[in-house]
Amino acid sequence: MERVFTLLSFGPEGWSDDIAAGVLVTVSLALATLPLGLVVGFLVALGKRSNDRLLRIAANIYTTLFRGLPELLTLFLVFYGAQIGLQKLVHLFDPRANIEINAFIAGMVALGAVFSSYASEVFLAAFRAIPQGQYEGSFAVGLSRLQTMRLIILPQLVRLALPGLSNLWLILLKDTALVSVIGLADTLRQAGIAARVTKEAFLFFGIACLIYLALAMLSSVALGAIERWAERSEVSR
Amino acid sequence: MSADRTAALPRPPAEKKRWTHQRTVGLVLLCLWAALGLAVLFFMIQAWDPAIFSRYAPRYMSGLWTTIRLVVLSVVLGALLSIPVAYARMSKNHVLSSLAYAYVYFFRGTPLLAQTFLVYYGLGSFRPELQAIGLWTFFREAWYCAVFAFTLNTAAYQAEILRGAIESVRRGQWEAAAALGLSKLQTLRKIIVPQAMIVALRPYGNEIILMIKGSAIVAIITVYDLMGETRRAYSQTFDFQTYIWAALIYLVIVELLRNLIDWIEGRITRHLKR
Repeated sequence: MERVFTLLSFGPEGWSDDIAAGVLVTVSLALATLPLGLVVGFLVALGKRSNDRLLRIAANIYTTLFRGLPELLTLFLVFYGAQIGLQKLVHLFDPRANIEINAFIAGMVALGAVFSSYASEVFLAAFRAIPQGQYEGSFAVGLSRLQTMRLIILPQLVRLALPGLSNLWLILLKDTALVSVIGLADTLRQAGIAARVTKEAFLFFGIACLIYLALAMLSSVALGAIERWAERSEVSR
Repeated sequence: MSADRTAALPRPPAEKKRWTHQRTVGLVLLCLWAALGLAVLFFMIQAWDPAIFSRYAPRYMSGLWTTIRLVVLSVVLGALLSIPVAYARMSKNHVLSSLAYAYVYFFRGTPLLAQTFLVYYGLGSFRPELQAIGLWTFFREAWYCAVFAFTLNTAAYQAEILRGAIESVRRGQWEAAAALGLSKLQTLRKIIVPQAMIVALRPYGNEIILMIKGSAIVAIITVYDLMGETRRAYSQTFDFQTYIWAALIYLVIVELLRNLIDWIEGRITRHLKR
């Protein structure tokens, strides 16, 4: 038991500092992916409900692609594919250059693509729940299309989309574990290193699981607060 | 106004199709997709090597078969396991329902990859104990560990689907069945489950698709499924088309499955359509 405490200390014998650094990577990757995924997902949703057929097809190809591919494969496609593609491009100018893709950026792009394709569906459903009269009323009082979107539609959209997006955030948090495979030192990878060195695999992978669980719980509390804040105007009715 | 006078009025001219910004953006994006598709096609033709294809095509097929076996096995076993979990979750016994809740929360709240590692590497820490009860031969194999971890994971998700579907059937259905003298089991089998399945079909379908996509991670614990064969092929040839083949196969499977679920849903909800 004492050995376990030593292993879990923050000292030179312990692994807590390494795992804490991994947790930081996990959280920052998820937080960095979120805005990217939200913005792209919103734009794709706009494309899907456009009047123009070409735009709808282009947006649908995006979701079909990134919802159909396994997340791990998307990650590899981005990581190796971008590496090879950029290498070829750079070789046109400088044959000796060597390109290395940052695992963090690759993870961000791949997870962002997956997140945004699911988020576009959530936004689309939320858009459908807003009655047409809201647009008509807004145009009737003389607001422009952009103003309508910003002042009338978006505030309602956020409230309608929040439950779905909360779910996607929890999935994103779990999916960040995949970047450990391409060498980013996240929670799972640090736990794996600790497990290999100390031969205490169950202990460290168990701790990794509990950390993800704690992050999910923390997120649930925070998201609950955000949802209550978003629905503060609903209560009095 | 008489009918012939209305007919005499000229029809308003059809609205002219305007070239909008949306159309421009759509065209540009579609061109980008087409360019990407052509680039991939060109790359595949350029990198085409019959020797590589004849060498790796059978391996991909065996990998695909492994993926299918893994998914079918764990989804079926998970479905069986989900029944008692869902029952415990809905039970009025607090100990039972909170145990089931903890199980579901743990497996839904942690990454599948971490769970798989916990089973495959973690249970190795208990080798003497497992050997003593004769389970070591089971947990020594990556394949069995993967099936075990996936079953536990999908059982948690399926238990929630099952619970949600059963609770979506109104209480009145139970009461009416009881009034007709049906037993609990008969009510469940003849009244509740047929209605619950309509609600559950789509989540079940999504769960199967998620399992197919999630199963790619077993490649990391040295199970040679489709992803595992792909990784092996890439590490031997350094040829990027190995990944593109895998992507195409996964896309086709998922799309086929999605259309199948849509078709089944349309079929079993015929009586609800007006």
